[in-house]
Amino acid sequence: MKALICIGHVPDTTSKIKFTDNDTKFDTTDIKYIIGPYEELALTRLLDLRDAGTDMHITTVTVGTQETEPTIRKALAMGADDAVRVNAEASDNLFIAKQIAEVFKNGDYDIIITGKESIDYNGGQLEGMIAEFLNLPSVSGASKFDIEGDKILLEQEIEGGTLKLEASFPFVVSAGKGFCPEPEPRIPNMRGIMTARKKPLQVVEPVAKEAVTEIIKYHLPEPKPACKMIDPDNVEELVRLLHEEAKVI
Amino acid sequence: MAILIYTQNYDGKFKKSVFELVTYGVAVAKELGTKVTAVTTGKPDTEILKELGKYGAEKVISITNEELNDFSAQAYAYATEQVAKKINADLIIFGNNPYGRAIAPRLSVKLNAGLAAGVTALPSSVSPFTVKKRVFSGKAFADVVIKSETKIITLNQNSYKVEENPVDITIEEFSAEIPEGAYAVKPVEIVKSSGKMSVTDAEILVSGGRGLKGPENWGMIEEMAEILGAGTSCSRPVSDLDWRPHEEHVGQTGKVVAPNLYIAIGISGAIQHLAGVNGSKVMVVINTDPEAPFFEAADYGIIGDAFEVVPKLNEAFKKFKAEN
Ligand SMILES: Cc1cc2nc3c(=O)[nH]c(=O)nc-3n(C[C@H](O)[C@H](O)[C@H](O)COP(=O)(O)OP(=O)(O)OC[C@H]3O[C@@H](n4cnc5c(N)ncnc54)[C@H](O)[C@@H]3O)c2cc1C
Ligand SMILES: Nc1ncnc2c1ncn2[C@@H]1O[C@H](COP(=O)(O)O)[C@@H](O)[C@H]1O
Repeated sequence: MKALICIGHVPDTTSKIKFTDNDTKFDTTDIKYIIGPYEELALTRLLDLRDAGTDMHITTVTVGTQETEPTIRKALAMGADDAVRVNAEASDNLFIAKQIAEVFKNGDYDIIITGKESIDYNGGQLEGMIAEFLNLPSVSGASKFDIEGDKILLEQEIEGGTLKLEASFPFVVSAGKGFCPEPEPRIPNMRGIMTARKKPLQVVEPVAKEAVTEIIKYHLPEPKPACKMIDPDNVEELVRLLHEEAKVI
Repeated sequence: MAILIYTQNYDGKFKKSVFELVTYGVAVAKELGTKVTAVTTGKPDTEILKELGKYGAEKVISITNEELNDFSAQAYAYATEQVAKKINADLIIFGNNPYGRAIAPRLSVKLNAGLAAGVTALPSSVSPFTVKKRVFSGKAFADVVIKSETKIITLNQNSYKVEENPVDITIEEFSAEIPEGAYAVKPVEIVKSSGKMSVTDAEILVSGGRGLKGPENWGMIEEMAEILGAGTSCSRPVSDLDWRPHEEHVGQTGKVVAPNLYIAIGISGAIQHLAGVNGSKVMVVINTDPEAPFFEAADYGIIGDAFEVVPKLNEAFKKFKAEN
């Protein structure tokens, strides 16, 4: 089986978010970049399945400039076999999805896996867009993922319960929480890092696709007024404030 | 100019979040000088469909295909595309919920329509069409311009207040053409959960953390939820320790919620926890430690021991509910 896994290059979850150029650009000073948490979960699951005996070749794909290469190398050091980088600034989602669909068409992959959502632009759109460009079935935010022969067994949290699903290749899925049931962080060791340097990282140029969305300005959330402190011996005051001031009860 | 609103029904009924979408759509329609059409599947009763008119939808298209009783992102995208083309929709609005997240991206490809996901307010400008959306897990917002002729947005729950605006609504039935192969993902079984309110639906959430020491102490949390008609949620360690079911876990790796009121009890307020709850309208924290980071994020705080404060607060809530 050949898996194509979409790896985003995102700011570490504890990053302090700031903007520059009159709030039109994300300020990357002092930002540490990581593999998107949901993609890491998905990659860990694939590696677990491979370790348990599923025959699998894992290729990562990232749409990004050269700056994303350390993140890609980290995925290779965790255990992915090779990587493709589409050499373009990642901004518009339709553009990114189109690029990944092209990479899929140019290889003989059986499955595309993305994260449920990126932690920077929080769209959760890519899996559906890629699937639609390729006219393939898809499932968003799978909470369980198994491969049995030529069948894919999935679960999805839905309104009022868990839905068990079955699909066959080729297929597109986005990984949500639970995708990897017991994620053991795969911390690359020295050997992993050394081998990763020699693993193939192919750089391809993007296909044309006009961007249809553009971020023109960022805002930080309004500074919150300081927390109003209430005396623990006067909890009635909290009830009053929630009713009269905040109007939420 | 026409606006289409995707209104999901659950077992033939609409939830409040759908009325939020319609109210929002009507407000945008006013700006654009146009009207709002809703679309739904599964043929709910006429009386239920008419509820959409109460919030200002002038028309609802009820897709009658039986096969849409089972969800398939592909099939639903085909059906919505046909309706969008039929009414010449240039703005299509979904809720930012599992249905919207599954259908909207596919529709965006079909119509080459720019998609802004997780929108939190009315457009700041309709030309160029500019909306505000949540980015960096709620640590910031971005103004996004959608440049394509057809535009799609998904609106975050609880970001727009429901308002009645009664109009006469026409109901139109529509049979979509769904190509063979749109049902390639096969449902095998549904395992029903406890049947309690889901954390993403609750307007009030009472949430407990590791400060509560053990699952045996959740009685007072459930009691508060009961009094307030609220749902219950928890921090990650609490679900990791199996004190509470995993579906209650909120935060960056759990569910992202945006209730009107979030009451955090014995939760420190780690950044990964806040990432899942900072969309709440009002937050209350009860914690013994005045240095707990949650006090920085909350609107109201009580420094105190949950085991003393919560029972007293429950009594006060009870008294309030009896009087109001
Ligand atoms: C990649 C990553 C993702 C994560 N994702 C999530 C996530 O999605 N959701 C999440 O919640 N966490 C997440 N975490 C964990 C997060 O960092 C915190 O460890 C976690 O939120 C702490 O949970 P807590 O506040 O319940 O427990 P603690 O940090 O142990 O805090 C307990 C609090 O209770 C208070 N307390 C103690 N006794 C009492 C009492 N009697 N009365 C009142 N207060 C009392 C204490 O003062 C303390 O503030 C993640 C971490 C990482 C690294
Ligand atoms: N530039 C990118 N290159 C490769 N994959 C990406 C990129 N951006 C996002 N993804 C993938 O798409 C998923 C959803 O992203 P989003 O739609 O932005 O929330 C992420 O979890 C990644 O798996």
